[in-house]
Amino acid sequence: MCATCGCSDDAGVRVTDLSEEHRHGHGHGHPHRAPVRAEPDTRTVALEVDLLAKNDDLAGRNRRWLADRGVIALNLMSSPGSGKTTLLTRTIRDLGDEVRCAVLEGDQETLIDAQRIGATGARVVQINTGAGCHLDADMVAEGLHALAPEPGSLLFVENVGNLVCPALFDLGEAGRVVIMSVTEGADKPLKYPHMFRTADLMLVNKVDLLPYVDFDVADCVSYARRANPAVEVLEISATRGDGLDAWYDWLRHHRGRLRD
Amino acid sequence: MHELSITQTVVTTVTQRMQDARVCRIRLEVGRLSGLVPDAVRFCFEMVAAGTTCEGAALEIDEPPGRAVCRTCGAAFETGEVLPLCDDCGSADVEVQGGRELRIREVEVV
Ligand SMILES: Nc1nc2c(ncn2[C@@H]2O[C@H](COP(=O)(O)OP(=O)(O)O)[C@@H](O)[C@H]2O)c(=O)[nH]1
Ligand SMILES: [Mg+2]
Ligand SMILES: [Zn+2]
Repeated sequence: MCATCGCSDDAGVRVTDLSEEHRHGHGHGHPHRAPVRAEPDTRTVALEVDLLAKNDDLAGRNRRWLADRGVIALNLMSSPGSGKTTLLTRTIRDLGDEVRCAVLEGDQETLIDAQRIGATGARVVQINTGAGCHLDADMVAEGLHALAPEPGSLLFVENVGNLVCPALFDLGEAGRVVIMSVTEGADKPLKYPHMFRTADLMLVNKVDLLPYVDFDVADCVSYARRANPAVEVLEISATRGDGLDAWYDWLRHHRGRLRD
Repeated sequence: MHELSITQTVVTTVTQRMQDARVCRIRLEVGRLSGLVPDAVRFCFEMVAAGTTCEGAALEIDEPPGRAVCRTCGAAFETGEVLPLCDDCGSADVEVQGGRELRIREVEVV
């Protein structure tokens, strides 16, 4: 592409400058195609820029940074209140002797969740997104430098509570975990397919409440598999402890697999 | 609203690429399965473009659909759904391609 005017010799270019010379008179010779449209003094420049490319590049950089340090990062996503922070505090307490954990906490406002995590003794950095509804790779890069997770540790990234926006943004994670709770509708995977399409694991949380709510786990799982036939599913209760051994095994397995 | 950050990417990309040129038209491609709501992009654009070389530019958004093929009966159809049911036989076993485009196609500058 021409750095002076942005015009390009690539296929698909439409140039609509009608003047003999470009108005800004750049002196380099390259053939411009015949004008297609009659709007004087404007020109059309093909850009063909992927809007997620910049985030994806930064995510790739995060991924290499993490891999160099042997840190396994998991991106945890859910609606607000599905139990991400509760699960993390419990996980860190239960696994603390076995593996070092660190957390990047994403919320629009407050340090509350970072303080809940900090009480476990784990390293934690809060990222407040303000008006933003999701973490992006740039925020995570900044968070990583502040957090400086120890080599070999397990890094949980608690995304902003939201089933829509975080789905599009790769952070550089090694795995994606979506948490649903049984107090949400079982049809969430059909309503928010983007989120479930890219998940490695779906946790169905708050199963201690199943006797009190109308939630069919089998339906929920079949909807999730429609969006993503390969998704793994575990049923848990972060407060009562059901299914947590399977979750810890999943973490161990993932960690072992990714470190080899 | 992730449309806000995507729209910011549109404006910074275009202003950087086009340097000082005033932008009068931007054409985007937002696939119907991309997860972006075009109206929300339009809504954000005016706000984000204010005070930049993109201020006042016309925003055109192409919305290509996904192409679906039913694995049960073989029917082929266009769709705006990420998880469509087959138009012909109602099956949910449908393969979908395309429709996820998120690109700046071209700009018109003065
Ligand atoms: N009954 C029940 N409540 C839970 C469970 N997990 C989390 N909660 C509650 O759900 C609420 C929101 O949890 P929190 O961890 O802050 O959710 P987050 O917004 O996803 O981080 C809190 O009141 C938790 O105590 C669970 O397994 N069972
Ligand atoms: Mg939380
Ligand atoms: Zn069919």
